Amino acid sequence: MEVILSTLINGLSLGGIYAMIALGYTMVYGIAKMLNFAHGDVIMIGGYLIYVFMATNNPLLAILLAVVGCVILGVTIEKIAYKPLRGASPLAVLITAIGVSYLLQSIAQIIFGSATKMVTVYEFGAIKLLGATVQISALVTLGVTVVVMLVLTLFVKYTRLGRAMIAVSEDKAAAQLMGINVNGIITVTFAIGSALAALAGLFYLLKAPSVSTTMGSMPGIKAFTAAVIGGIGSIPGAMLGGILLGVVESISYKITAIAPYTDAIEFSILIIILLVRPTGFLGKKRREKV
Amino acid sequence: MRLGKFKLNHYINYIVIGIMTLVFGVMTLTGNRFDNSLLFLLEKMSISIILAVSLSLVVGFLGELSLGHAGFMCIGAYLGGKVSALLVPAMGNGVGALVISLIAGAAAAAICGVIIGIPALRLRGDYLAIVTLAFGEIVKSLFLNTSDESFGGTLGLSTPRYDKKYLFLIAFVLVLMTLAVVQNFIRSKHGRAVTAIRDNEIAAKATGVNVTKYKLVAFIMSAALAGVAGVLYSYSNYTVQSLKFDYNYSIEILVMVVLGGMGSINGAIISAALITWLNTWLPTKLTGELAVLQDLLYALILIAIVIYNNAPALAAVREKYNIGAMLSKLFKTKHDPAHRRDDKAKWDVVPTKISMDEILSVDVTPQNTRPDSKMGGED
Repeated sequence: MEVILSTLINGLSLGGIYAMIALGYTMVYGIAKMLNFAHGDVIMIGGYLIYVFMATNNPLLAILLAVVGCVILGVTIEKIAYKPLRGASPLAVLITAIGVSYLLQSIAQIIFGSATKMVTVYEFGAIKLLGATVQISALVTLGVTVVVMLVLTLFVKYTRLGRAMIAVSEDKAAAQLMGINVNGIITVTFAIGSALAALAGLFYLLKAPSVSTTMGSMPGIKAFTAAVIGGIGSIPGAMLGGILLGVVESISYKITAIAPYTDAIEFSILIIILLVRPTGFLGKKRREKV
Repeated sequence: MRLGKFKLNHYINYIVIGIMTLVFGVMTLTGNRFDNSLLFLLEKMSISIILAVSLSLVVGFLGELSLGHAGFMCIGAYLGGKVSALLVPAMGNGVGALVISLIAGAAAAAICGVIIGIPALRLRGDYLAIVTLAFGEIVKSLFLNTSDESFGGTLGLSTPRYDKKYLFLIAFVLVLMTLAVVQNFIRSKHGRAVTAIRDNEIAAKATGVNVTKYKLVAFIMSAALAGVAGVLYSYSNYTVQSLKFDYNYSIEILVMVVLGGMGSINGAIISAALITWLNTWLPTKLTGELAVLQDLLYALILIAIVIYNNAPALAAVREKYNIGAMLSKLFKTKHDPAHRRDDKAKWDVVPTKISMDEILSVDVTPQNTRPDSKMGGED
């Protein structure tokens, strides 16, 4: 019983990290219609920024500075690498994003070296819950992710800026005719996505207190898988997909027979979901128009 | 230069590689012994060229992104390597065992191509990219966790190596075969269908192209050829280790295709050979702390080239300094649109949008209903 509960809570908190990353992916994909391969590496930079700013010995300040740093980075990437390609083939944008991902990794390696750095942001400790030991940081991760998802949903639904985002995602040209600054909206989306990435980096550090240059790649890929499973472009979908993937991963790691195949199992779920429900759980079906 | 119906620039790559094969072949047969590192480099180059040309079929001509090319290569390397490990003790390390393992590796990779292609290619957008990426990771982790007897697990599968003296010649022949398969496909009616899908899927569908079928065919062909490259790899190395075939390797192949210019087979060949050489040469120059500069360089070049080749704002600059056009001028006596090189078809043509309003606003009033205009412009 305790094992089941702790596995589940672990899965939920891991799912929270995936969901946080997936939210960033899904926002950018929904509005800019591009798969931002560099998102995982913004998480990595976020982790390093926290590591650097922890020199202030003030976790909250470090987190805040890391979020600001990631937002600046995300917006800069968008302006320099993606904006010139607006209107070009989606394939070109995708390949540029891969290039940016590699660029960030090698820059991080030049600045910080290839060795893994240890950093402890804050010790939350653990509590006993129904006989199982539960890390408080896991609960914090889950809680913050749920709050962020709710805030994002409300923001997109009820604010002027959020509605403008929906308009841009539906039809860029029509949105422009309605007086919406499309480029501005895309920049804002990247800013939000990067801020979420910084938070994801923080959660990652709470779970495993080390940063390395490749720490963002695998979570990034898995979170994108989560976003597709949940239905890309859907905010609750990203949450659902992230939690699902996190729980599956956590359970799979606990069963010795299939533990080595955990990654394969997760990616197989993606392929199966795409076979039976190509739009993901909560994705909307779009009609192709000429 | 055109000699009757024979178009030199259609066959230039066969000729260059064919002559290289002949020259090296004659030199080998007359007892010339090449340096082992040179032979290994030539084998690696051939593997890269096969990979780049086959990926170019999907990325450059079909216009879909595949990030799991190394995964297909991995399947080919393991399956082909296993078959050759079983056959060589019985048949001897000859051409027979090589051909059978090549066929086995290619077939296995092709079957995986079908399994991956069917769910992913039905969908529009970037799904193929993410599914192939997932596929690469699945393959890697499956082979990593096999038992020692079956596929070697973490230690890797030990495979028989072909006689080093001749393997690079076989690799050259395989490159020629890959070129024959891909170029003939692209220049056939089926290839036109594939490029039509790339340029505008809906328009292609409207002209009667079976989009799913052609996407699958191109994808499976590319997977099978990657399998061939994998078998070649297993023959040129002592062990096949699944960790080698990771996401980064898939990206490296993609970089070769992009640097060569998408939709250009000759470009893919040149950049594959160049990058493979750089990969062996640069680490000898950039050692220690500087090693990371190589990745930085690749990333910057990749971004710069893609932006330069695709940014709508740079269209005028591209028009002015078109290297491809300058090169093809060397081989052509005059510009004749009817004899344009096929693989010069622009991959980055902006998708045509048909505006319903424009069609409806065309004046379709019959001419004779207007008085005084029997023959327009005569008065």
